[in-house]
Amino acid sequence: MNRVVITGMGIYSCIGKNIDEVKQSLYDGKSGIGIDPQRKEIGFRSSLTGIVERPDLKGVLHRRLRIGLAEQGEYAYVATDEALRMAGIDMEYLGNNEVGILYGNDSSAKAVIESVDIVREKKDTTLIGSGSIFQGMNSTVTMNLAVIYKLKGMNLTVSGACASGSHAIGLGYFLIRNGLQHMIICGGAQEVNPYSMGSFDALSAFSTRESAPHEASRPFDRSRDGLVPSGGAASVVLESYESAVRRGANIIAEVIGYGFSSNGDHISVPNIDGPVRSLKMALNDAGISPADIDYVNAHATSTPVGDKNEAEALAEVFGESRPYVTSTKSQTGHECWMAGASELIYSIIMMKNSFIASNLNYTEGDESSSKLNIPNKRVSKKINCFLSNSFGFGGTNATLIVKNI
Amino acid sequence: MTRDEVVKKVNQILIEEFEIDEDSIDPTGNMIKTLGIDSLDLVDLVVLIEKNFGFKVINEHMANIKNLNDFYDYVTARAQ
Repeated sequence: MNRVVITGMGIYSCIGKNIDEVKQSLYDGKSGIGIDPQRKEIGFRSSLTGIVERPDLKGVLHRRLRIGLAEQGEYAYVATDEALRMAGIDMEYLGNNEVGILYGNDSSAKAVIESVDIVREKKDTTLIGSGSIFQGMNSTVTMNLAVIYKLKGMNLTVSGACASGSHAIGLGYFLIRNGLQHMIICGGAQEVNPYSMGSFDALSAFSTRESAPHEASRPFDRSRDGLVPSGGAASVVLESYESAVRRGANIIAEVIGYGFSSNGDHISVPNIDGPVRSLKMALNDAGISPADIDYVNAHATSTPVGDKNEAEALAEVFGESRPYVTSTKSQTGHECWMAGASELIYSIIMMKNSFIASNLNYTEGDESSSKLNIPNKRVSKKINCFLSNSFGFGGTNATLIVKNI
Repeated sequence: MTRDEVVKKVNQILIEEFEIDEDSIDPTGNMIKTLGIDSLDLVDLVVLIEKNFGFKVINEHMANIKNLNDFYDYVTARAQ
């Protein structure tokens, strides 16, 4: 069994367009949430969203490589470029080795809607253009990045709702641990455009605290009223320890556990049993006890039921050890398909810099979250090992455990 | 629309949309080889001609177009 390490990270999110910017935002407790006025114009219940500026890749990527990228693919390209640079991987290495890609993504709404609009108006599919099919498929991120980087290994998109990014990293970890790949680019991407979020808004799942956008995402707080949608992309270079040492790469952290489960229950209402089984499976896989976890990056999206049930699951698994628990979604909003990957990176940044960012807007716990150790101020803390949760619609759960090196 | 206007507009599309170097636009050279475009680019060319000139390029007609001069003539004959 191979040890699996992380040798590169890249991120593009509403709290920063690279690792350094995100590190500062985490440290400062900066919120990336704002208002998108267009959402009200097209009938949204809530206009709150993570504010993410699209990168301009003209002149960076050739047109043919660029026009198949949907919005989230552009974010993923920027994040992956940063991760590969950090890992010391260039095109020559990618051309001579079987490097894979496993990325979480679970929609590409805008491209699909725009192509259907053209067909409805023109009644002629040949006027859609060539980029739409490559932007609109669920595998848009992996198909485009695999071509841009000329990847020769595993090439697959993981769609597991809001746990997509975590499952992508977990599955990559399994493939490398079992010797089937030596290096995989793993991550998650999430489109931010309003068309991608209309049907989610329809469930009344979003916070409507529009008068105070920075206070809208308040995971675990008693007065939370829903999540704030957000997005971007996050990439890590997963690699076997042996490969990293052979290359002389800088090893950032080690993935030591992955757990997963399905609730077997309601399509949108999470339960307690499913997450508990995912948490225990990850701890068992890592061969550690709950007391070995210094920090938990919770899934907690700021919804009333979701946060409550996760708090109960964490309290059941961790009992008296009571590690620090925060949800970085208090700063970023819910990055959905990307969240598992981005939150792994947020946690690694905090681990490498010995602090835990404040769980913003946590002023008073409820009967469940009060059982947890949730800091509402930044904490200086040496972190040897952290755990990150991601849960999604359909009751899919993923838990990752990462150790410092 | 005059042929000169069509030439100017088509070249502008090639430079701005297809990011083709102005110096590589040779009206007499093989259109696909000279411009370095592929079958997917031709799909986009149909869209751009429809947007800019108001008519639909028929794929079968493209088989008879060997160079840009032929294409300029083809567009000039149909442009609205």
